[in-house]
Amino acid sequence: MIPEVGLAALWLAAALAVLQFVLVFFGLVEGGAPELTRAVRPVAVVQAVMVGLALALLITCFLNSDMSVKLVYTDSHSAKPFIYKFAGTWGNHEGSMLLWVAILGVAGAAVALFERSLDHATHIATLGAQAVISFGFYAFLLFSSNPFARLDPAPPEGQGLNPLLQDPGLAFHPPTLYVGYVGMSVAFSFAVGALVTRKVDPAFARAMRPWVLGAWIFLTLGITAGSYWAYYVLGWGGWWFWDPVENASLMPWLAATALLHSVTVLATRDGLRAWTVMLAVVAFSMSMVGTFLVRSGILTSVHAFAVDPQRGNFILALLVIYIGGALALFAVRVGSVREGARFDAVSREGALVLNNLLLSTILGVVLIGTLYPLIVEAVTGEKLSVGPPFFNATAGPLALLLVVVMAAGPVMRWRRENGLAVLRRLMVPLGIGIIALVTVLIAAPGLHLLPLLGLVLAIGVGAASLAPLWGRNLRRTPLFTYGMVLAHLGCAVSLAGMACDSAFLKETLVAAQIGETEHVGPFAVTFTGVAPIAGPNWTALEATMSATRLGWSGDPLILSPQARMYSAPVTETSQSAIATLWDGQLYLVLGKQQDDGRWQLRMWWKPFVTLIWAGGAMIAIGGALALLGRTWRTLVMARRKDAGA
Amino acid sequence: MTPPMKARIKAKHQRLILAVLAAVAILGAVLLAMSALKDQAAYFYAPADVKRLGVALNKPVRLGGMVAAHSIVKAADGVTINFVVEDGVSAVKVRYTGITPDLFREKSGVIAEGSFIAPDQFVASTILAKHDEKYMPPQMGQKPKIGRVE
Repeated sequence: MIPEVGLAALWLAAALAVLQFVLVFFGLVEGGAPELTRAVRPVAVVQAVMVGLALALLITCFLNSDMSVKLVYTDSHSAKPFIYKFAGTWGNHEGSMLLWVAILGVAGAAVALFERSLDHATHIATLGAQAVISFGFYAFLLFSSNPFARLDPAPPEGQGLNPLLQDPGLAFHPPTLYVGYVGMSVAFSFAVGALVTRKVDPAFARAMRPWVLGAWIFLTLGITAGSYWAYYVLGWGGWWFWDPVENASLMPWLAATALLHSVTVLATRDGLRAWTVMLAVVAFSMSMVGTFLVRSGILTSVHAFAVDPQRGNFILALLVIYIGGALALFAVRVGSVREGARFDAVSREGALVLNNLLLSTILGVVLIGTLYPLIVEAVTGEKLSVGPPFFNATAGPLALLLVVVMAAGPVMRWRRENGLAVLRRLMVPLGIGIIALVTVLIAAPGLHLLPLLGLVLAIGVGAASLAPLWGRNLRRTPLFTYGMVLAHLGCAVSLAGMACDSAFLKETLVAAQIGETEHVGPFAVTFTGVAPIAGPNWTALEATMSATRLGWSGDPLILSPQARMYSAPVTETSQSAIATLWDGQLYLVLGKQQDDGRWQLRMWWKPFVTLIWAGGAMIAIGGALALLGRTWRTLVMARRKDAGA
Repeated sequence: MTPPMKARIKAKHQRLILAVLAAVAILGAVLLAMSALKDQAAYFYAPADVKRLGVALNKPVRLGGMVAAHSIVKAADGVTINFVVEDGVSAVKVRYTGITPDLFREKSGVIAEGSFIAPDQFVASTILAKHDEKYMPPQMGQKPKIGRVE
């Protein structure tokens, strides 16, 4: 019964999306019935309730281990721990798409309920665009990916969830990333709405900004969490592999970051109007491209659950219709978007334009690198892979350049700025950067160029990112300024982590007998034993290793890497052991036992690697502070206006 | 030139300048990506391709095929292995230092990332064991799925 109700709710939500669009269309069209638009917001909310109900019911099926539901049978197991039954709901194609549309529905309802500052017509048109997007994805679920399909007779037991996904990260990473992905649809709908009503102005930008900021915060968190998850679960010691699936999340983030900065120019200075609208379209396009890459099955990865050409074609068709439609609307209406306020090349706006150009270029390079192998294979059948060497060589230098712009932008004035004055304001960070350069060159000679530049820039730019606070009354500095400073500092911190990891990483790969001591970086690691242990749905061989730091007397660190064997499905995985210290992580992986009884051990000492994710978290928290500050100010302003009136 | 004059000329064309800059950025991205792709894209070889086309030494490539039966030989250090990748037409010797993935075994599909140090000797930096026919050379596509545990 529960699955049928879920399916009915999904159909109802789809019907409501159609109704929502029809109401918007006849409400806004010339000679239509404007009173119809009054029903749009309630419909959007009910639609969200319906799709939310569908998701809740699918989760219920997973929690009950109802094997008569095909999806539960193929992707779950009754012996799985509670959290993986719950999170396993989206550890498969259909479930994750249902989560996708549920978030889309809730985002639409949020726009309907909480958006107050946008003018009425644009607001309604935005909800119309949102309804069209929702409808396409409902159709995708209902016609090609029904999550509630039944099996008769019901099998006694399920096939289990991919063990790589049986990790607390599954409960956090996909929903966070999806909120970010889908949140971009709101920016897209705002842009479409504003094009429809021809109201691309600062008020529109101020209304759109919190939504962009919110989506961007979640994207940042999702990518950071995904990176750390891959880092510890794969046991390869890497934190970013330039895998197409990772790129699929990075591309919307790059576009959203560009949009976040250009929307500020539009909101504050009434500049970059057409540009901002275009970026909003591009940002959601990248979310769609990401969804297509990951969900179509054209990539083989832990994220690609099913290979089914029909699904790929369906998402591709949606992508073409939405993006094509938005671009056509843009082409028709861009002439009516008046040119915004002007500015000098050397100004805050100029720096933000440079930020946007660099982000767009990085985006272009990543997009080409990601799609090129797919296109070549489709056209010529020739297989090739584009990996870290390509992306590091192209995106790396551009990102470093971007970081330099980031140091200068915030200390520049709007409209017109004196280059020398900017240089004067940045004297101290510049000095710190030079000192860092000399120190690094002396202390660690022979570093590669990219890590060296990364490290020095991280230190210099980190100092520069604090510059907007100098000489200000810190109590009267608005919260969003703190947010910006923290986010920029986070970029520098993250960059420092990346540079340290690639510059100072120490690795040891040995076959060791029990009782032997091996060295990695400043650590002596003693292999004290191996013992079998058992978990809820796995058994494992667990090694015990005790690590002592040279020149440091104290209790040794005890690490226990495991080689796990899952029962459903039968899979071997390796569970790495990580000890986090203030200045880095010791990372141990247990390999295979040799015929002569020795065990393979892989050990890394990764100095300051944790800064990478700490920086990511700072960026997200900075965004949250900015969002809080902006919302607070808007509320205060509104109250003052009310009191005045 | 006086600043007001300069400012006026620039202001008149500001929108045009921005559009041109955006075009330049996109074009720059395409050119940069294309030139880097020439050097950095790793081509996928099956042993038959190696025999037919020859290989460039010390360039990043991917080698894919099956691990030949009885070909895995462990070196004395306990972490280096030598094995043979074949595709029914030709075979290539591969050396790898590291922990092999769980699905890596004889008569099973494998992708090795690395480079050729001699026309018949490949040194792998990464080993990926795949259980998907997608990565098999076409003539092996008909064989049953390998390493897939149901």
